[in-house]
Amino acid sequence: MQETKNNNTSAEELKKAVWDVVKNIPDPEIPVITIEDLGILREVIINDKNEIEVIITPTYSGCPAMDLIGWNIKTELEQNGFKNFRITNVLSPAWTTDWMTETGKQKLKAYGIAPPNKKQIVCDTELFQQDEAVPCPHCDSYNTKLVSRFGSTPCKALYHCNNCNEPFDYFKCH
Amino acid sequence: MASTTTVSKEDKINYLLYIADTALILSHRNSEWCGHAPVLEQDIALTNIALDLLGQARNFYQYAAELIGNNATEDSLAYLRLEHEYKNLLLAEQPNEDWAYTVLRQFYISTFLFYLYQQLQQNEDEQVAAIAAKSIKEVAYHVRWSGEWVIRLGDGTKESNQRMQQALDFLKDYTGEVFIAANYEQAMQIDMATIQKKWEEKVAAVLNEAMLSFSTNNFSHTGGKTGKHTEHLGYILTEMQYLQRTYPNATW
Ligand SMILES: [Zn+2]
Repeated sequence: MQETKNNNTSAEELKKAVWDVVKNIPDPEIPVITIEDLGILREVIINDKNEIEVIITPTYSGCPAMDLIGWNIKTELEQNGFKNFRITNVLSPAWTTDWMTETGKQKLKAYGIAPPNKKQIVCDTELFQQDEAVPCPHCDSYNTKLVSRFGSTPCKALYHCNNCNEPFDYFKCH
Repeated sequence: MASTTTVSKEDKINYLLYIADTALILSHRNSEWCGHAPVLEQDIALTNIALDLLGQARNFYQYAAELIGNNATEDSLAYLRLEHEYKNLLLAEQPNEDWAYTVLRQFYISTFLFYLYQQLQQNEDEQVAAIAAKSIKEVAYHVRWSGEWVIRLGDGTKESNQRMQQALDFLKDYTGEVFIAANYEQAMQIDMATIQKKWEEKVAAVLNEAMLSFSTNNFSHTGGKTGKHTEHLGYILTEMQYLQRTYPNATW
């Protein structure tokens, strides 16, 4: 039997090796950003038996991508010779767009999705709030308007740019 | 050991099922609009809300299944229980009728869930608290979306105001059930009086702004929380559970 990676390395090295293997797994719905960029990948824990636990958290409760992300992590780890791992889905603390990396935000913009603004008060039920000022990812104009608070996935809102006339998705802050 | 846990396992399971069932059935009702909503953006909005509710229901079912044990799963709870085992609010199962009924039903339930989750996110049960903290951010969006529609239609044209008023007159007999606690609900030690007060204030403010006439209502249909449903739930379950009933144990 080929020796597994778990046996050859210290816990710290193993942790880093696992992280490096899974961090580049793309988000299934927005494949230009990774699960690390999005803040879905939370932690890798190595216990004293050198068993691996990968902690992930969903963006939204109903995010249909979570099962696939878990499956992709499993495949990636197996292909790279890791054994004795499990994937744990945690809800707390609740995911927030604050966890998105700067690189992730730049990749989103280059892809044509406006990245999330700095977190605002989302747990507010006041109606007809002023729409968030979101710059167009194509022409950078702030002359944009909200079309719908809900878009093609739970994490996005629909906007329209009055300057270049293009519609675009906004990764809404959450 | 953590603090004073006085909630029995049975009460907690029933309570989890009550919230999960309410979210699932409302989600199903909303999903019936898929492809039929007045405009594309609103079709997408409502299906997104349905997806959020489905996710919240799944989280509660998964936790309930863990407590139940015995090979129970989120799927067995959703697909294999009978009508009288469902504990959802009667309000959630009422038919879509028109857009007015749909947005008002959503507004009533989302507003309730918002104030409920405000409390549950401090619950001594960490898993309940985590699900509530996760859900409340989504529910805040639902309250705003549905509340804005109630105002837009109520304070819109003569026709839209009439339709909104019709929905209000019909659904009012189902709102009282929300605040009449079932036994398992009392055991959860939730401050329902505060939730009710906040709910009534928010609803009154929105209905006023929507130019709709309403009065406090002492009558309410009840029974959903203990499995006595209107005739509508049976039809919903027949459709929703069709595949599992026809092909038992089918998986993806
Ligand atoms: Zn533009």
